[in-house]
Amino acid sequence: MNQIMSNKRVIALYTLPALLLIMVLIYVPLALTGYYGLMDWDGIGEMTFIGLDNYAALIVDGAFWSSAWHSLLLAVFSVGSLVLYLGVSLVLASDVKGANLFRKIYLIPMLLSSVAIAQLWLRVYHPTNGVMNRFLTSIGIENPPLWLADTSIVLFAIFIPIIWQYAGFYIIIYYAALKNVPNEIVEAARIDGASPLQIAYKIKLPLIAGIIKVTIVLAVIGSLKYFDLIYVMTDGGPNGASEVMASYMYKLAFRTNEFGYGSAVGFFLLILILIVTYLIRKATTSKDDEVQY
Amino acid sequence: MKKKMYLSMFSAAAVLSLAACGSGDNEEASGAAGGNDDSGNNAAEGNEAEGNNEGASEDQEEVTLDFMHLWPQGSSPDHYRIVEDIISEFEEEYSHVTVEMEVLENEQYKNKLQVVSSSNQLPDVGMTWPAGFLEPYAEGEMFAPLDDILDEDGMRDDFVAGTVEAYSVDDQAYALPLELNIAPVFYNQAIFEENGVEVPETYEDLLSVIDTLASNGVTPIALGNRDRWTGSMWYMYLADRIGGSDALNSAIDRSGSFEDERLVDAAARIQEMVDHDAFIPGFNGLSDQEAKAEFMNSSAAMYLIGSWDLPNYTTNEEVDQEFRDNIDFFKFPEVDGGEGEINNWVGGPGVGLFVAEDSDVKEEAKAFVKHFTEEWGKRSVEDAGVIPGTQVNTDEVDLPDLFIDVLDELNNASDITLFADVQMSSSVAEEHLNMIQSLFGGEVTPEEFTEAHEEALQAED
Repeated sequence: MNQIMSNKRVIALYTLPALLLIMVLIYVPLALTGYYGLMDWDGIGEMTFIGLDNYAALIVDGAFWSSAWHSLLLAVFSVGSLVLYLGVSLVLASDVKGANLFRKIYLIPMLLSSVAIAQLWLRVYHPTNGVMNRFLTSIGIENPPLWLADTSIVLFAIFIPIIWQYAGFYIIIYYAALKNVPNEIVEAARIDGASPLQIAYKIKLPLIAGIIKVTIVLAVIGSLKYFDLIYVMTDGGPNGASEVMASYMYKLAFRTNEFGYGSAVGFFLLILILIVTYLIRKATTSKDDEVQY
Repeated sequence: MKKKMYLSMFSAAAVLSLAACGSGDNEEASGAAGGNDDSGNNAAEGNEAEGNNEGASEDQEEVTLDFMHLWPQGSSPDHYRIVEDIISEFEEEYSHVTVEMEVLENEQYKNKLQVVSSSNQLPDVGMTWPAGFLEPYAEGEMFAPLDDILDEDGMRDDFVAGTVEAYSVDDQAYALPLELNIAPVFYNQAIFEENGVEVPETYEDLLSVIDTLASNGVTPIALGNRDRWTGSMWYMYLADRIGGSDALNSAIDRSGSFEDERLVDAAARIQEMVDHDAFIPGFNGLSDQEAKAEFMNSSAAMYLIGSWDLPNYTTNEEVDQEFRDNIDFFKFPEVDGGEGEINNWVGGPGVGLFVAEDSDVKEEAKAFVKHFTEEWGKRSVEDAGVIPGTQVNTDEVDLPDLFIDVLDELNNASDITLFADVQMSSSVAEEHLNMIQSLFGGEVTPEEFTEAHEEALQAED
């Protein structure tokens, strides 16, 4: 076996199918997107090469930058919410009663499809019959907010289900990581007189630092490319108040038939994500990192 | 990353469809050669065409005609059944033709059409939307001009005035309309009676109806403006009633300007209605479906929607009978001093049938489109509640009164102002629809509203 696997040709042969698939399904379309981004194209007729004009238009496109700002806000909120998840996981992992049950409860939103979640929250936010406004009127608030119809709060109203949706995912990652912290170390700290807070802060967190970095990267990338709930719940509206980069790209390419420009936005989004990932790595890597991403 | 997924899905779909077509292509090509010859004969022999067809069919090579439509059996069973019937009739008449159907849902259909068109693999016959949607296909010479079928047997006169034009580019028709809709204001008679209000005939009446209803705690109008085209219809009507069809049309075809006083006035009146609490709370966050639910629950008094919704108020057995009996419609009220006529309607054709320019079986495809449009016109209203693009003789059909009334109105229509998003190019329409949300939400002034339109229209030139 070792002999076979040390033969470079055989290695190449074995990796070929996966390589081909990934090339055809991911990298070729990716390159094509970059290529279309240089074209003036409605997706149907003739393509005209216009160089970087799409990108020049992108720089001065107010609608794009407002959607980028919304994506950035989402990223900030998602990363912020990680603190909350970490707190919950610390409690769950310290063998409280019913930890197993709670872990499952937190995981349930993960099991629902995005569209089901969107439908659920649309009902929560319904201006007259929604659970939220029913409750607010019942405790005597006369003009409850209109949530998804109000341009000043729609973005935050939609962040809540997005963050709620991923709670279980991050909690389970943290929970698993915390369960891997060797018990001996925690015991030793306790014998030395460390308080539970000190154990969490000085022992457990440093030991799962690698995982925390991974989740930060995941949260940021996930936010920057986020699409589903926004598409179903508000379609980026009212008038772009909840538009994010991915939904803006979708609109350009498939609704207003600016396929070339839409591709440019998509490609820009990809480059942006690569840069951000690189920066986060740069900012958090130390020499003895075990986890690579 | 999302992009990646879409693209990979599309390229996979494209690859698959290429592969699928690859094997069929050769047969079709040889079939087409035979087919074309025959149809040449048919044309030459004029009236005997049909007889000749039957006679000739034995030595005609079998051909397959690909037909793509968007009425799946699950969600549109009535449409689907009629389509199947029409196809089997057609196959009987043209026995050498086999029609292969491909059915997709709306959005998938649009996406697929875009993908197959860029690889020149359009189906022989398919469905398209008018104006803005159709234009790039017509200009890219993907669709075949259909004027020859329209001029045959005077078929052009069968269509309701103005419908074929919506599918025309440079005076050539690229598709034949199957659907036509106008937008009446539906209202709940029971709610009107309870609150002692009458059907409004002028805009002032409408405002006082709204005030009475609102002060009695009834939502006057159900509006789901998250979908944006719903609010757009209110604006289109006001623009039409104040400026006549000319104000809007000339602004859009660039013979005039959108910063026309009349169009500003229409926008101002929209905001006046909003200030009078005419629309359901939170309308900008509600979808049309959610708003409709309020109307169907009798918790909103009025609802402006296309005539495609008529079955809900007439024949749909799933809707409570008492509610259906309570629903009537009125024409959008006139505005004092306005130039518009009360018999003008906002509306537009829905889907139409095109023939692919590159089709190998073009003659058969054209015959199929003609046959389909005629048969569809005879059956669609009664069997599926769809108003066809062709004129309906209301004496011959057996339909509920409300339906007949709308059909009669259609035959008496003085003009039809096309839905804005149909009439404008897609990027201007997008700007229009966004501005509609802002206008209703009170985030822009009427002047800013028209200014944004003018800018978008100028950017197009």
